[in-house]
Amino acid sequence: MATLVSHPDEVRVISKRFGQGATNIDRYLQLDGYKAVQKALAMQPDAIIHEVKNSGLRGRGGAGFSTGMKWSFVPKQSAKPKYVLCNGDESEPGTCKDRLIFEHDPHSVIEGVMIAALAVGSNTGYIYVRGEYRYLSVIMQKAIKDAYAKGFLGKNIFGSGYDLDIFWHGGAGAYEVGEESALMESLEGKRGIPRIRPPFPAVVGLWGGPTVINNAETLAAVPHIILGGADWYAKLGTPKNGGTRLFCLAGNLNKPGVYELPMGYNLKKMIYEVGGGISNGRSLKAVVPGGSSTPALLPEEIDIAMDFDSVAKAGSMLGSGGVVVLDDTACIVKFALRTMKFYRHESCGWCIPCREGTDWLEKTLKRFHAGAGTKKDIDNIYYLSENMLGKTFCPLGDAAAMPTMAFVKKFRKEFEDHLDGKPCPFEKAGAAEPVLA
Amino acid sequence: MPDVTLTVDGKKITAAAGSLLIEACKSAGIEVPSFCYYPGLSLQGACRMCVVKIERMPKLQTACTTVVTEGMIVATDSDEVRQARKAMVELLLGNHPLDCPVCDAGGECELQDMTFSYGASESKFTEAKNHTEEQQWSPVVYFDRPRCILCYRCVRVCGEGMDVWALGVQNRGVSSIIAPNQDDHLDCEECGMCIDICPVGALTSGAYRYKTRPWEMNHVGTICTHCGDGCKTTLGVRQCDTGAEILRGDNRDKSGINNDFLCVKGRYAFDFAHHKDRLTEPLIRKNGKLTAATWEDAFELIGKRLREVRDHDGGSAIGVVGSNRTTNEENYLLSKFARVVLKTNNVDHHRTADYPALAAALRGKPGRTASMREVLNAPAILLIGNDPTNQHPLLAWQIRTNVRLRRAKLYVINSAPIKLRRQAAGFGLLPAGAEAKAVVFLSGDDSLLDSLASDGTSRDAWIELREKIRAEQNMVIAFGSEVRGHDIGKLAEFAATLTGAKLICLGDYANSRGASEMGLYPDLLPGYEPFADAGKFHREWGKLPAEEGASLREMTEAAKAGKLKALYVVGSNPVGRLGIDPFAISKTFVVVQEMFLTETANIADVVLPAANAYEKTGTYTNTCGDLQLVKKAGEVTNTKSDFEMIVRVADAMGFDVRGLVPFGSGTHSDMGQTRGAQSGEADRHAVWLEAHNLEPKMTPFDPMAILDEIQRVVAGYDISRVSLVAGNDQHLEIAESGASVAQNPELIVPANDDLFSSGTLGRYSKTLNSVFENKSADSEVAAD
Amino acid sequence: MRFCDEFEARFAEMLTHYPTRRSALVPTLLYAQDEVGFLSDEVIAELAQRLDLSELEVRNVISYYSMLTTTPRGKYNVQVCTNIACMLRGGEELFDYCRKRLGIGHKGTTQDGLFSLEEVECIGACSWAPAVQVNYDFHENLTNGRMEQILDECKKKLND
Repeated sequence: MATLVSHPDEVRVISKRFGQGATNIDRYLQLDGYKAVQKALAMQPDAIIHEVKNSGLRGRGGAGFSTGMKWSFVPKQSAKPKYVLCNGDESEPGTCKDRLIFEHDPHSVIEGVMIAALAVGSNTGYIYVRGEYRYLSVIMQKAIKDAYAKGFLGKNIFGSGYDLDIFWHGGAGAYEVGEESALMESLEGKRGIPRIRPPFPAVVGLWGGPTVINNAETLAAVPHIILGGADWYAKLGTPKNGGTRLFCLAGNLNKPGVYELPMGYNLKKMIYEVGGGISNGRSLKAVVPGGSSTPALLPEEIDIAMDFDSVAKAGSMLGSGGVVVLDDTACIVKFALRTMKFYRHESCGWCIPCREGTDWLEKTLKRFHAGAGTKKDIDNIYYLSENMLGKTFCPLGDAAAMPTMAFVKKFRKEFEDHLDGKPCPFEKAGAAEPVLA
Repeated sequence: MPDVTLTVDGKKITAAAGSLLIEACKSAGIEVPSFCYYPGLSLQGACRMCVVKIERMPKLQTACTTVVTEGMIVATDSDEVRQARKAMVELLLGNHPLDCPVCDAGGECELQDMTFSYGASESKFTEAKNHTEEQQWSPVVYFDRPRCILCYRCVRVCGEGMDVWALGVQNRGVSSIIAPNQDDHLDCEECGMCIDICPVGALTSGAYRYKTRPWEMNHVGTICTHCGDGCKTTLGVRQCDTGAEILRGDNRDKSGINNDFLCVKGRYAFDFAHHKDRLTEPLIRKNGKLTAATWEDAFELIGKRLREVRDHDGGSAIGVVGSNRTTNEENYLLSKFARVVLKTNNVDHHRTADYPALAAALRGKPGRTASMREVLNAPAILLIGNDPTNQHPLLAWQIRTNVRLRRAKLYVINSAPIKLRRQAAGFGLLPAGAEAKAVVFLSGDDSLLDSLASDGTSRDAWIELREKIRAEQNMVIAFGSEVRGHDIGKLAEFAATLTGAKLICLGDYANSRGASEMGLYPDLLPGYEPFADAGKFHREWGKLPAEEGASLREMTEAAKAGKLKALYVVGSNPVGRLGIDPFAISKTFVVVQEMFLTETANIADVVLPAANAYEKTGTYTNTCGDLQLVKKAGEVTNTKSDFEMIVRVADAMGFDVRGLVPFGSGTHSDMGQTRGAQSGEADRHAVWLEAHNLEPKMTPFDPMAILDEIQRVVAGYDISRVSLVAGNDQHLEIAESGASVAQNPELIVPANDDLFSSGTLGRYSKTLNSVFENKSADSEVAAD
Repeated sequence: MRFCDEFEARFAEMLTHYPTRRSALVPTLLYAQDEVGFLSDEVIAELAQRLDLSELEVRNVISYYSMLTTTPRGKYNVQVCTNIACMLRGGEELFDYCRKRLGIGHKGTTQDGLFSLEEVECIGACSWAPAVQVNYDFHENLTNGRMEQILDECKKKLND
C-alpha cells in the first residue's frame, strides 16, 4: 500500500479522507459522504452542470477540458441509454494519484459518478479500473456492493424515484485504453483501438449511447463542489483553473509523494519545498511536469504556476499531474529512449505515423545512446517526431512526439556528447549493461 | 438530400450532402491518396495518407472520415499536406522490405505508386527492418507480414464483405499482425478477396506467386465460366509453347456486375484449362480403343456417319445434347444445326432450372425480371430455396452488400438454415421439399399452412413473415430450382400482386439461361418459341423437321430400343452428370466435343478436343438474363471452339455452311493497312466497326455472324452492340413465348455444385481440389 | 469447462452488467488467467462460446492486452517497472538484480516454474519508486536487499 505524505501547503479536498478509513461506508457517511448526491438529487440537472462549469473544474486525466462543458454536450433526449464512464485506467508514466483515491476514498468516486449521471440523465455508470490495480478492484467492488446494500444505488435511490446502477469494470494492461474512445472499446470487450471522432462520446459512446467519460480524480472532486459550492472550489485555484489537484512528485527528490496542492501552485516551490529538493545533494537538470507525454522544462523554466494555462504558456502541459524530476546525473538521451520505448510498447498500432514512428524513434535512440549515432540522426529524430505530431489517429502519437522534440531542442548538446562512438557520458563505470529488453 | 457547395484547391465543387470529402474530391477530379479507405467498407482513418487542410481546423484532417459541409474550404495540395503524405510514405518504408524486384505486387503496388507520386527521394531510415517469416495460410493464400502496411482492407472485406470473418488483427503497435482464424491457417471460403484488395504484396496468391511479372501478361476481361451469376474476371495471359497460358484471375476490372467480388472459382479455377489430361487431339475409336487421329479424318468420319444415319434412318434417329457452358452463339448454332442440317428435333441439354416456365409465367407481364445489378439496390429481397452462399456466390454478395450498405430487407424461405439467414429480416424454415407449398401460402392460400409450420417456424411466424413480405415494394424475388413448372406461374402471380416485384430464376451453370434461350429443347426454338408455332423459324431457317423431338431421357430410351443411331454431344457429360446408362447408347454412334475424357467421352466413337469459354469469343446470358461478352484469353494448340467444330461437321456432311452461318456480310473496309501498323487507327476502326455491327465477318467460324442473326431473330436479344463490345452487361427482357409449353419438371436436375466444385471443370481444377474446405475433393479426384 | 464457484458467480453477475455479452470479455479473461495460470486453448474456446465470439476474436483481444498471456508463467510473476520514474531511482538496476538472481531474462520462467520475470511499463507507483509487482502485490521503495527478501518470502510461502 502506498505511503501517505503531507506538507503544510497542501489543501486537502480530494485527499481529505485519505487515511481516515473511508473505504468503510459508515465511516464515509460520517465524513459527509453521500451528502452531495442527496443535494444533487434535489437540484435540476442543468443546475448541477452549471455548478460544475462555474467551479472551473477541468479534466484531471490530462487534457484539461472543462468538465461541466463536457457534460453539457450530452443530448437531453436520447433514444439510446446514456452512460457515465469513470476512467480509472491510470497509466501515464509519472502518475499514481487515482490509485490513492481508489485505495482511500472509493465512495467519493462512486458519488461523483452518481452526480454526473444525475446531471446528464443517465441510469448506468461504469468505473473502469486498470488491470494491474487488482487490490483496488476488490476495494471498489466492495464499495459498490455496500452502496447498493444501503439503497444508494439500484432502484429508487435515496427514495427519489431515480434508478441508478453503477458497475465495476477491469482492464488487462494497455496504456492506450486510457484514451476515452479506446476505453469504451475495451469496456465493450474489444481491442483498445480508438474510435473515429466525430461523433464524440457525448453523442455516440458506449454501445452507441451518449456517454460522459471523466477521470477518477475529476469525478472525486465533484461531490466536494456540490457540497462546497462552485465559488468556493473555483477560488481554491487560479482563474479558469478551479480547485486543487493531486500532484505526484517523483524522480530524484528527497520527499517524493502524492500531494494535494491548489491549482496554480508554483512548480519551483513544489520541487524545492514540498518535494524537499533534489536528492543526494545533486542539482536539477529537467522536470517533466505532467506525465511522460509532456515536454520537459529546464531549471530556468520552472518558476511557473502549475495550472493548465500557465504550463501551456511555458511550452509544456499540466497533463496528468505526474511531476518527474531529473537530477544532473540523468542522461537525457537515455530518458528519451526509455520514454520512446514505452510509447512503442503501448502504441495500439492502428495508424502508420504512431506505429512506425515510435518503432523507428526507439531504434534510432537506442543506437544513438549506444554510441553509434550520427549528427544526422539528431535531425532525423526531430524530423520524425515533428511529422508524427498532429498526424496520428489519437493523441498517443503526440504524446510520443512532443517530449522527444523538447529533448532534442533543449538538450541538443547532450545528444552531441553521445556522438562519434563516445560512451554515454552518464553511464556509471561498471554499471549494469542496458537492460532495455 | 440537397447538394452542398465547397471549395477544394480554389475550385468550387458540389457534392451530395452527407458524402465523404474524399469521394467529393474524387468526383471533382481531385486525387486524394489513401490506403485504408475503400468504398463500401467501414472507415478506418488509419493510414493518414488522405490528410487535407480544412480552413478553421488547427490540425490536418482525414478526408476519408470528414463529411462535406456547406462552405467548407479545403486544400489538398498545400506544402503542409504534401509534407505529411511524404512523411507517411517515409514511415511506411521504414519497415517495408524493398524486395519489389521479386514481389508479386511489383508493378501493381499501391505503395510503389504512392512512393512515386508522394514519397521522398531519399531514405532516412537506417535501422534494421523488423522481420517475420512468411506464412502460408492455405494452398492459395500466403501472408508476408513485413510487406503488410496494416490498412485492414483484407480484414474488412473478409468480415464485412464476405461475412466470413476469417481474418483478425493481433498484437499491438509495431508488432500488430493480421492473423488467420485457425492459428496458422485459414478456414474460409478461399475467395481470395483479401489478396485482390491488398494494396501491396503482403497477401499473395498461391496459384500465381512468382510465376510471372504483371507486365508480361495480357489482361483479358471476360466472364467466369463456372456458376450462373456471370462475374467478370480478368485473366492474365502469357504466350507459351502450347498457345497462351492463363496465369491469373482477378477482379481488378471493376466494371463487371460483380464490382469487387470474385469467388474461389472465378479467381483460381481457370487452371482446368492446363490440366495434363486436357485433350489436344481428335480421337477415333479403332478396334474398341480411342486412338489419336487427324482433324480431317475425324470430321470426315463424323460427316459420313451422320449423313448416313440422317439419310437412311431419318433425322429423328439422331440426338443432340448441348451445353450449359458454351456460348449463346454456339448454342444457337447447335440448335439450328440440329434442325437444319441433321433434320432432328431431338435436342436437349442438362436442365438445371425451369426458365421456360418463367417465360411462360411472365407472358403479358413485361419488366418483371431483375438483373444482378438490381439485387444490389432493391429495397427488399425474397429468397426461396437455393443456397446462394454456395451456389450463387455473387448473388449472395449482392444481397449481403445491399443489406449492409443500404439496409435492404432480406426474407429467406428455405428448408435449411442457410448462411444468408444471418442477414435476413425474416426467415422461414421449411420442411424439406416444401418450397412450392410456401409459394401457395404466400399467395394467400392458408390450406397448406399446417404442413409448413414446424418448431423452426410456427404458424404465427409464417403469417407474420407473409405480412412483412406483402408490405414490401420493388422487391426482388429469387428462387431456386426447387420451384418449377406451374409453381413458377403461381409465384409470378403472387409477385404481380406486389408493387414492382421482379423475379430471378436460379440455374446452375455459366450459360444455362443461354442454353435455354437458344432453344436447346426438343419442343422449343430460340427465344422459347414453341416448335409447334415456329413460323418465324420456318422463314429464317427453311424447312424444319416435322417430327416431334425427344428429351434426353426419351433419347436414351430410344437408344435402348435401337432407334437412336447417332448422338452428338457438345460440352456435356450426360453419363457422368445425369446418370445416363452407358450401355443404353453402346450401339449408338456417339460424337463428343469435350476438353477431357469424361465418362461420356470415354464411350464415344469420336472425341473432338474442344476449347473452353476462356479460349473463345461469344456471349453468355447469366441466370438473371444479363448478357455479356465472353472474350478469348487463353489458347491450347490443336483444340477448336465448339462453334468451329459444328460448322466443320456441317461442311463434312456436305452442307453449304452459308446456310448455317450468315458470314460474308459487313463492309469490307480499310483496316488501317494504308496508314501503317503502328498508327493505332486499325484498332480504332475495328472497334468502331464491331460496335456498329459493321465489322466484316469473313469466315464461317466467326460467332459474331451468328450474333447478328440472334439479335435479329431471338426475342429479347435486340441488344446494343456498342455496349456489348464495351464490356457492359445488358439485362434482357425474358422472351414472351407464343404459347405456354409446360416442361416436365422431372427433367430438371440441379448440379448441386458448391463453392469448391464445378461439374467437370471442377474435377480438373487442381486449385479447387487443393483447398481443404473442399469436402468433395477426395472423391472427385478419385473419379478422375 | 467449469471454473471455480467464485469465478462462475462473478461471471454470471457480470453478464447482467452490460447490454452485450462480449463486454464482459476483458476482465473475465484476466480472472480466467488467474485461475488457470494462462489462457489455454481450452479457456479460449470456452469463453468464446460463452460470449458468442469466435476464437479468433478472443485471441485478437488477448494479444492486445499486455497482462494476458497464452503461455504459462511461473507461480510468481515478478514485474519490475523500469519506466521513467522508477528508472531515475534504480529500476533498471533492480531488474538487472532480478535477472541475475533468478537466472532468467525478460519474460523468462525459472526451470522450477516458480518465478517469471518481466520488465513492465509504469505500474502507478511513481512516487514510491522503484517498484515491483509480484503477481498483484505491490512492493515499493525497493532496494536490492529488500528485493532479495521478497523473493525469499515467495519461496518460503510455497514451502509452508
